[in-house]
Amino acid sequence: MSVTTMPERPPVTPEHAVFLLREMLRIRRFEEKAAEMYSLGKIHGFLHLYIGEEATGVGSMQAFTPDDAIVATYREHGHALARGMPARVLMAEMYGKVTGCSHGHGGSMHFFDTNRRFYGGYAIVGGGLPIAIGLALADQMQNRQAITACYFGDGAVAEGEFHESLNLAALWKLPVVFLCENNLYAMGTALERHQAQTDISRKAAVYGLSASAVDGMDVLAVEAATREAAASVRGGKGPYLLELRTYRFRAHSMADPDLYRTKEEIAEWKKRDPIVLFQNRLRESGMLTDEIVARIEAEVGDEIGQAVQFAEESPREPVEDLLKEVGGQNRS
Amino acid sequence: MSKMTYREAVRAALRKALHDDPRVFLMGEDVGRYGGAFAVSLGLLGEFGPERIRDTPLSESTFVGAGIGAALGGMRPIVEIMTINFSLLALDQILNNAAALRHMSGGQLRVPMVVRVATGGGRQLAAQHSHSLEGWYAHIPGIKVLTPATVADAYGMLLAALGEPDPVFLFEHATLYSLEGDLAEEAGPCDISRGEVRRPGRDLTLITYGGSLGKALLAAEQLAAAGLEAEVIDLRTLRPLDAQTIVQSVRKTHRAVVIDEAWRTGSFAAEVSAQIMENAFDDLDAPVARVCSEEVPMPYAKHLEDAALPQVDEIVAAARELVPRHG
Ligand SMILES: Cc1ncc(C[n+]2csc(CCOP(=O)(O)OP(=O)(O)O)c2C)c(N)n1
Ligand SMILES: [Mg+2]
Repeated sequence: MSVTTMPERPPVTPEHAVFLLREMLRIRRFEEKAAEMYSLGKIHGFLHLYIGEEATGVGSMQAFTPDDAIVATYREHGHALARGMPARVLMAEMYGKVTGCSHGHGGSMHFFDTNRRFYGGYAIVGGGLPIAIGLALADQMQNRQAITACYFGDGAVAEGEFHESLNLAALWKLPVVFLCENNLYAMGTALERHQAQTDISRKAAVYGLSASAVDGMDVLAVEAATREAAASVRGGKGPYLLELRTYRFRAHSMADPDLYRTKEEIAEWKKRDPIVLFQNRLRESGMLTDEIVARIEAEVGDEIGQAVQFAEESPREPVEDLLKEVGGQNRS
Repeated sequence: MSKMTYREAVRAALRKALHDDPRVFLMGEDVGRYGGAFAVSLGLLGEFGPERIRDTPLSESTFVGAGIGAALGGMRPIVEIMTINFSLLALDQILNNAAALRHMSGGQLRVPMVVRVATGGGRQLAAQHSHSLEGWYAHIPGIKVLTPATVADAYGMLLAALGEPDPVFLFEHATLYSLEGDLAEEAGPCDISRGEVRRPGRDLTLITYGGSLGKALLAAEQLAAAGLEAEVIDLRTLRPLDAQTIVQSVRKTHRAVVIDEAWRTGSFAAEVSAQIMENAFDDLDAPVARVCSEEVPMPYAKHLEDAALPQVDEIVAAARELVPRHG
C-alpha cells in the first residue's frame, strides 16, 4: 500500500479553489440548516450529518464526469450536492414532499437522481457495493467508457459484501473506484474495535486492487488522489480502492448522544476542519479575501434559504398515489 | 408441437432470449463450464461465450446485487441461484434493493432483472437443499413471483419475465426438470397474470402450484375413480395472485383444498385460504383444507422425507373429508 500524501501542494487555479471552497460550504451550511429543521420538527426519521467530511466528497467528486455513475450511503447529502443535485430537491425530500428528489419516499438516507447518474443512498451498510459492481458491469459489457464511484464507510469493510465485491471487481476487471470514507467509527464502534487489520487499503491490495490512502481533510489532496485512481481505472487497470481518512464532527445521527468518544478527541480533529484548513491555505497564497468569503457565504445562504422555502411551500404526494410506483403489479 | 423436458424448455427460452436481445446475459454459480447445477444451461457457454454465460464466485449477495446494478445500467440480466436455501444469502439485495428501489427512488429506478431459483424437496437432499420458500418471496411487494409447473410455462414464463420492467423471480421445482411435455412450435411469452384450471371439476377445488401440481392431478384422478370430480387450479403466479380464478372455482364447487409444499404455518396456502374466506365465504360448504409439509427441517431418509412432504393419498384424504357422503 502507498499512502498518497501530496509531496508538494498540487497546483490549483484561483477559480477552482474558490469553487471547491464553495462546494464544501454548501454542504456545511445545508447540513447545519437540516439539523436546525430537524430540531424544529420539520425533518424526521434518521438524519446523518457529514459535517467534518466535506473534503472527501467534494475533492473526490471532481474526478468523475457526468457519464460516470455514483453510488453512496445514507450519509449522502454531501455527495448529492457535490454531484450537482439542487439543494431544494434534497431539502424537499427530507421534508417528505413530492417535489423531493425521491418524491418523499426516501428521506435523508435515499436520495436518487438518474439524470445525474446518482444511483442513490443505500442504508443497508455494504449494500451499495454490489450495485456498483453491476453498474460497472453494464458499462463494461456495453463498451461504455464510464466508470462507477462507490462510496462507503469504514463500517462496511466488516460486511461480507465488501469482500465479495472487491473480489468480483478485481476478477472481472470492473471499472469501479471504491471510496472508503474512513471516519474511524461505525456508529459507536471505533475502527480498531471492529477490524483486526485496520489498514483498509491493505485489504484491497490482497484482492488484487490498486489501493492507496489519502488525508481526507485536505480537499486538494483528495482531488489529486481520486483523479489518479480514476485515471488508473479509466486506463483499464481494473478497480481501485481509495481510503479517505477523515472524521465526523457531529454524532452518528441526530439520535446519537455521542458517548463513545472523548470531547478532547473531537476537539483535536476539529483543528483539522477541512474548510478552515483550506481557507487558511488559500488566504496564505493570496487566493482568498474576506470579500470573497463573504460573497460565497451570502450566495450559499441564499441557495439554502430558497431550498427551505421551496420545501416548505411544496405539496405532499397525494395518498392516492401511495402504491403507484410499487413494482411487479399487473399492467392493465 | 415438440416434446421436450422442462429443463430443455428453460434452456430453449434462455437460448431464444440470448439470441434475440444483446442485453440479455445469464450469470450465476456454475452456469458456464459446468453447465448449470441442474444442467439447464448446458451448451450455452459454447454458443454465447463467457461474457454472456457468466460464471460467478460463491457470492450470492453480490452477484444478485450486481444483477440489480446491471439492470439499472441497461442490461437484462438473468441471475441463476442454484437452490432456494442459498438465496437467503441474497435476501438483503432482493428485499432492500431489487424490490424497493423503484418506489424508494420516487419511480426513477427500474430493475428489469430475472432471477431463476431451483426450489423444493423430494430428492433426499436433507435440510439445507430442499425447502419451498417461494411463499416468503411472495410476501414482498415490488417483485413478481412465478412458479412454472409445466413444460410450456417453463418456456413461456421465462420469456414473459424478460419483458417485465421490474424484478421477476421464477421458482423452478427441482423435481420438474426431467418432466416431459409439449411445446408448441409458435410458443412465445405467455400470460403471467392468471392462474390456470388444469382439470375442470364440479365437486371440489384443489389449488396448488409448482412441484405439487402433478400430485394434485394424480389425486384428482383417484378422486374421479371414487366419483368425485375435482377441479385443479395451478396458481402459476404467486405475486400478484390471481384470486379471481380461485374464487370463481370455489363459487362453483363450494369446497377447496390448498396443496403447498411449504411448512403450514404462515404458508402461501394460508394466504390462499384467507383469500377464499374474504371473497367467497358465503359460498363455502366446508372449511378450506390445507395439505402442506410437516413442520420439520427436511430429513434425508426417504421414508422420513416422504412423510414430511405432501403426498397424493393425503390430498385424496383431505378432499374426501370435505365431502360428507365420501367422508
Ligand atoms: C447491515 C446494517 N447493519 C447495521 C446498520 C446500522 N448502522 C447504520 S450506520 C452504521 C455504522 C456504519 O458505519 P460506517 O460504514 O463507518 O459509516 P459512517 O456512518 O461512519 O459514515 C450502522 C451499524 C445498518 N444500517 N445496516
Ligand atoms: Mg465510519
